[in-house]
Amino acid sequence: MGNPGPGGGVVFEGVSKRYGSFAAVDNVSFRIEPATLVTLLGPSGCGKTTTLRMVAGLEGVTSGRVVIGGRDVTRLPAAQRDVSMVFQSYALFPHMTVLENVAYGPQSGRTPRAQAEAMAHEKLKMLGLAGLEKRLPSELSGGQQQRVAVARSLVLEPSVLLFDEPLSNLDAKLRRRVRQEIRELQQSLELTVLYVTHDQTEALAVSDQIIVMDAGRIAQQGTPRELYRQPAGRFMADFIGDANLVDGDLAVEAQAARFTAAGVSMAVRCAGVPAGPATLALRPHRLRLVAPAQAALQGTCKRADYLGSHAEVLVDSPWGELLVFESAEREPLPQRGEAVGVDFDADAAIVLPR
Amino acid sequence: MTGSTAAALGLHRAGAAPHAALAAACAAALLGLLGGGFVAGTAASAFGPWHYAALLGLTLLFARSVARCGAFVGDVTVSAIVVTIAGLLLLFVFYPVGRSLVAALHDKEGNVALSLAAERLLSSDIWGLGCFGGGTTCGVAINSVVLATIVGLGTTLLGLVLALAAQRGGQRFSALYRLMAVLPIVTPPFVIALALVVLFGRTGVVTTTLNEWFDIPRTRWIYGLTGVTLAQLLTFTPIAFMILSGALAAVSPSLEEAAQTLRASRARVFRTVTWPLLRPALANSFLLAFVESLADFGNPVVLAGNYEVLSTKIFFAVAGAQHEPGRAAALATVLLAFTLLAFWLQQRWLGRASYVTVSGKGDAGVPAPLPTGLRRFCVGFAMAWIVFTLACYAVILVGGFVKDVGRGDMTPVVTHFAEGFGLAWQDGRPTFTGSAWDSFFTTIEVAAIAAPLTAIVGLLSAYVITRQQFVGRRAFEFLTLVAFAIPGTVIGVAYIVAFNVPPLELTGGLAILILCFVFRNMPVGVRAGIAALAQIDKSLDEASSTLRASTWRTLTKVVLPLLKPAIVATLIFSFTHAMTAVSAVIFLATAKYNLATVYIIGRVEAGEYPLAIAYSTVLIVFMLAVLLLVQAATGSVKLGRRSQAELITGH
Repeated sequence: MGNPGPGGGVVFEGVSKRYGSFAAVDNVSFRIEPATLVTLLGPSGCGKTTTLRMVAGLEGVTSGRVVIGGRDVTRLPAAQRDVSMVFQSYALFPHMTVLENVAYGPQSGRTPRAQAEAMAHEKLKMLGLAGLEKRLPSELSGGQQQRVAVARSLVLEPSVLLFDEPLSNLDAKLRRRVRQEIRELQQSLELTVLYVTHDQTEALAVSDQIIVMDAGRIAQQGTPRELYRQPAGRFMADFIGDANLVDGDLAVEAQAARFTAAGVSMAVRCAGVPAGPATLALRPHRLRLVAPAQAALQGTCKRADYLGSHAEVLVDSPWGELLVFESAEREPLPQRGEAVGVDFDADAAIVLPR
Repeated sequence: MTGSTAAALGLHRAGAAPHAALAAACAAALLGLLGGGFVAGTAASAFGPWHYAALLGLTLLFARSVARCGAFVGDVTVSAIVVTIAGLLLLFVFYPVGRSLVAALHDKEGNVALSLAAERLLSSDIWGLGCFGGGTTCGVAINSVVLATIVGLGTTLLGLVLALAAQRGGQRFSALYRLMAVLPIVTPPFVIALALVVLFGRTGVVTTTLNEWFDIPRTRWIYGLTGVTLAQLLTFTPIAFMILSGALAAVSPSLEEAAQTLRASRARVFRTVTWPLLRPALANSFLLAFVESLADFGNPVVLAGNYEVLSTKIFFAVAGAQHEPGRAAALATVLLAFTLLAFWLQQRWLGRASYVTVSGKGDAGVPAPLPTGLRRFCVGFAMAWIVFTLACYAVILVGGFVKDVGRGDMTPVVTHFAEGFGLAWQDGRPTFTGSAWDSFFTTIEVAAIAAPLTAIVGLLSAYVITRQQFVGRRAFEFLTLVAFAIPGTVIGVAYIVAFNVPPLELTGGLAILILCFVFRNMPVGVRAGIAALAQIDKSLDEASSTLRASTWRTLTKVVLPLLKPAIVATLIFSFTHAMTAVSAVIFLATAKYNLATVYIIGRVEAGEYPLAIAYSTVLIVFMLAVLLLVQAATGSVKLGRRSQAELITGH
């Protein structure tokens, strides 16, 4: 397997893609270290797929530089870049057998047919597809098609492997298994992978690094844990995981900080956020329902839904509607209109400057 | 594109300078070669094979250098395709048409004569409105537009009735409707007119019967506006039927079911859902029939009589006693203006107005049945019309085997076939003694050479238009499609004017017939290709290129194999069209290289109806046989987009 040396990986330097006056990707820079899996995550239309396609060479770059494996490939067409891509639709050639599909890449480079097929057999075996060589793509299940697409892109041993929403055509059960397989493959072969998805659970599960994009720019980059624990702003707090967002004022004293909104004040722990207007992001599972008398923040239960693994309780409070994940074991769940108190630990709240 | 324009377009990149210089040199050499030839004009000798080889070589070298400068995203294959095809179109469509328009400005001695040109273009022969004021006759342009409007409205209405009957009237007669869809493909355009003469002419079968049984006097009513209208309605209704039938089939049944669940009656569903969704197809059908009627030559030449229309008037201005190419060019200008206007309207109104959507997944559901009264009317009318159409074909089929069907002499004979297609045993080998064999073989040869060329040029154009990004893509698309709007008569006149003199002296040969068919039928190949490529996901091309495949490898290994149905359809279309076309090639065929249709028209003009009819039968049967053979060879050829069964079952 082409184990990329120290010069490997991908460097994206101030890259923009404009269509007329609209910037699909606006001055984006990032770096993908060799043998890591980096995810581009964002809502649809944020520019993540365009970014991926610019790495592949399927879209031209308006300005900036793309470097793959230490080589400037900004002006090179897709066929001359050392990358392979797994398409959302898999893009398996419907008129070719599985073997012909996988051997297509080596044969493009004038590798003799026998050798190309040997390479294809090896990758098919690795992905557990041995025995399906003579089938047409239409005769395979969705999961098998997906693995053929992966085998086809692996066979050239590219320095970078690109995935464009590879799980979106699979059903929910299969999705979890396939994403684990992709991660295991990436780690065992030490592949450099750029992965595009709009599903944040998928991104958190497979990535070394996540780059979240919003409106053509990078909103935040970091490890899954960093993004969840320390979101960079309202958009990030809301996008990764669920969050109740409360606008208010932050007062910082010597040791403790207090957040006040709608006349209710709570202790919070803040790292370097200056006093003044601020936004509090509260993860629903870090909120607790307590007796009204025991909490500064009081409200009434608006609805309570039992979901098996937990219960979702919506509380009407001075801080607005708050979503609280309550243990499913709590019985009975609060009734509609019942008075409740909401409490949280000081270090559970994420304070964002406003 | 010279180096300086390349720079102006921002296509410069490092190392482009030598390529820009080479591109400029090639462009200069090309211009020199062509320009020199044209300036020398009649004084120069005609281009030989070496000239053409040099032209092609220079064009390809030019394409390569331009690509190396950064145009066409640096892709030499795309550059070569676009530059070569654009060059061919300019040389064989736009240059001759432009040249013939200019010819309208010259007098017989070749001097510029603007007053004469103005007189020709504005003459009352063309624009006169006499017939509306109770006077004698109108100008040819007015005649043509009146005819085209009646035929456009008529075929659309008839096509709609037939389509409703076929799609919503039950499955009982589906084979008949399919026949209606196939017949026009294999029918030379004057066959219906011939049949009408045989049926309703002064000595026709029906006329004679009516005269003998009911004493209805024999008249010549079939010659003139009535006859041409009837012939064109019969000829073009199948086209309208196919357009509207396709549109009707594509109206998603779930939309109608949605309306039904909202308590709409059948009539209300039809009026508020089905009908509005059909409107773009109706407009399309009208414009297409309008243009076809304007451009039609075969029916008017047989039936128009004193009702003169543009296409026949152009022909007689060139071929008739008063040989006046300038006047023909002026008339061609008027005809071209009409068809381009209709084409422009079609593009402008309907370019984006189609509501018909083809998604990967079909809807399940059952189309709403028609209101009972409407259904009965549609089915009844459709049956009557189809029987009438089939009767015309039956007359043609029978006509070849009887002594003189046009005069009601029904003695069975085979002399017509013997005269046209006689075989004799001479000097120990079979000899083709019939008078029609030469033109028949020439026709097959021309059609067989033109068909693959048409498919290659058309589908390559479709590929670069839909799959590649380059400066000037829209202009290129327009270039490839606008030839569709140029009537055959106009092309015929244009080729005579442009290619009768050096350096491109082509008239009288076989090559000009082939070129004429390739560039006239190419837009259909382009459209078929664009439609087929729209069904093939672009990610397949992209997957191929990320797997290190060159554009050429992607084209040959991925795109073309998937385009096989479109390739077969284009081959069939261009082959059959080359076998049945009249309007353009009637100017270009010669005694040495005569074509079947031109030969038949000659027999009609000479009054030899039985031979003309016998020959038409041979053509129709031959092409049906070809269609069946191709169908057997390729499994099932889908000329339409999706079969009816697929639409209904939703796969």
